[in-house]
Amino acid sequence: MTALVLDGGIALLTIGIAAWTIRAGDDFAAVVGFIAYGLVLTLAWTRLGAYDVALTEAAIGGGATGVILMRAGARVKPAPASRPSRLARIIVGALSAAVAAGLAAVVLLPPQPAPSLALDVREHLASTGLGNPIGGVLMAYRAADTFLETVVVLLALFGVWSLGRDAHWGGRPGPAPRPGIGGPLPLFARILVPAGIVIGIYIVWVGADAPGGKFQGATILAAMAILAGMAGLVAAPATSGRRLRWLLAAGPIVFVGIGLAGIPLAGAFLAYPPGFEKPLILVIEVALTVSLAAMLALIVAGPPERSP
Amino acid sequence: MNALVGLFSTVAIAAGIVFFVAGTTGLLRFPDALTRLHALTKADNLGLGLIVLGLLPLSGSLGAALKLVVIWALVQFAGATVAQMIGALAAGEHPPSGGRRRR
Amino acid sequence: MSLAPFDAATLFGLMGAILVGLGLYGVVLLESFLRRLLAFNLLGGGVFILFGVVARRGAGAGFSGDPVPQALVITGIVVAFCATALAITLIERLGEEDGDDASGGGS
Repeated sequence: MTALVLDGGIALLTIGIAAWTIRAGDDFAAVVGFIAYGLVLTLAWTRLGAYDVALTEAAIGGGATGVILMRAGARVKPAPASRPSRLARIIVGALSAAVAAGLAAVVLLPPQPAPSLALDVREHLASTGLGNPIGGVLMAYRAADTFLETVVVLLALFGVWSLGRDAHWGGRPGPAPRPGIGGPLPLFARILVPAGIVIGIYIVWVGADAPGGKFQGATILAAMAILAGMAGLVAAPATSGRRLRWLLAAGPIVFVGIGLAGIPLAGAFLAYPPGFEKPLILVIEVALTVSLAAMLALIVAGPPERSP
Repeated sequence: MNALVGLFSTVAIAAGIVFFVAGTTGLLRFPDALTRLHALTKADNLGLGLIVLGLLPLSGSLGAALKLVVIWALVQFAGATVAQMIGALAAGEHPPSGGRRRR
Repeated sequence: MSLAPFDAATLFGLMGAILVGLGLYGVVLLESFLRRLLAFNLLGGGVFILFGVVARRGAGAGFSGDPVPQALVITGIVVAFCATALAITLIERLGEEDGDDASGGGS
């Protein structure tokens, strides 16, 4: 009963913040509302027992998305507010409510028994050498998804780069660094970045057996890179750099290389030869973590804004 | 003994929540950026500190307890830095007596 | 078919349904591109939560939830971030190109 009250509170808070975000007076306020929404959604995920998802939502859904949204909220000029007509609001409101009601009906009348692949995962998890079932699903049963997902991240980065001006192609993202940034930020970055790198690597490592994983860990590593950049400790790299591009490609290349090797060795694309599952998954995860961290940091940094 | 530990946890966490509520009220009600920051630091420092203190006996292992303390220390550090930066920005842009007229 | 028990999964399922409705309303009606993008992400959050409810109800074999939908949601959150980042960059660039009509939708 107490638990239901807590869950109800979280649910009401989430809905309230979502409604506030939709109705907020100006764009920046809406962005702040959305970041709060990401955080309370994280609470909902923990209440659903999905700690891996909660970590991802906090790191990527709230954190990384929040950072780029704040950048946009500060840069994009607010649109002139023109309220849609009353009729439009009523019609759209009714249709949206109908969709919500339909989904609610699906929630209230679930199929019995509930469909689940948990037993299958449990049965085969031991063969992957992993203790975290979600890591097992991501790296073994749905490895093709995970591979394509990293490619999607890479494509999104190319898309972001392509939106820079022609003259800046291959240049460095972000405004030119201000030399000698004062205040507490450089000290903060000097102390937090080493700690954050350790925490990021820990989250990736622990993901084999407990909630965590490469996406969450890579996001923390990317955040450390961004923090070091904001504090002026490191310069943003030129996007035409050969070493940078190899760094970005390394993860997908290792993944697809091991995947192709699975065709002769294990009989299928992305299948691992028996006995080598855990080491191969580890190699892929390490390569992916490094590449993903670089991709995420560069996506947040935005398109090149200075000539190479 | 167990009951005593449970009582300690409950009291500490409840006290932490009180500070969070007070800090949030201050954030919403105080007139300018600097006083709002002041309210927030109460929630950050004391509120989270008390909640972590209350959770320590419940964490079950030394490793988990250490992680909780590290989380508290990191939040302290980040909170202090961000408060400094926002404070500097607010002090630079608005005269201390003027206050922000956003609400 | 029988009514689901009123537990945490059902509660958050109803929340997800409402979030989808709210997001949909915002996507259709809001004027500014940035606000529409936010509404779309609100909608996405609701859809992900519905996956989480399916996962929670499929709990078994010693897991707190069916790991397959949970893994799909993790993939989904990352892909949503990528799409959002690309859309934001587009909106910013559009604002630069348009000059005064920065983020306005229809006008």
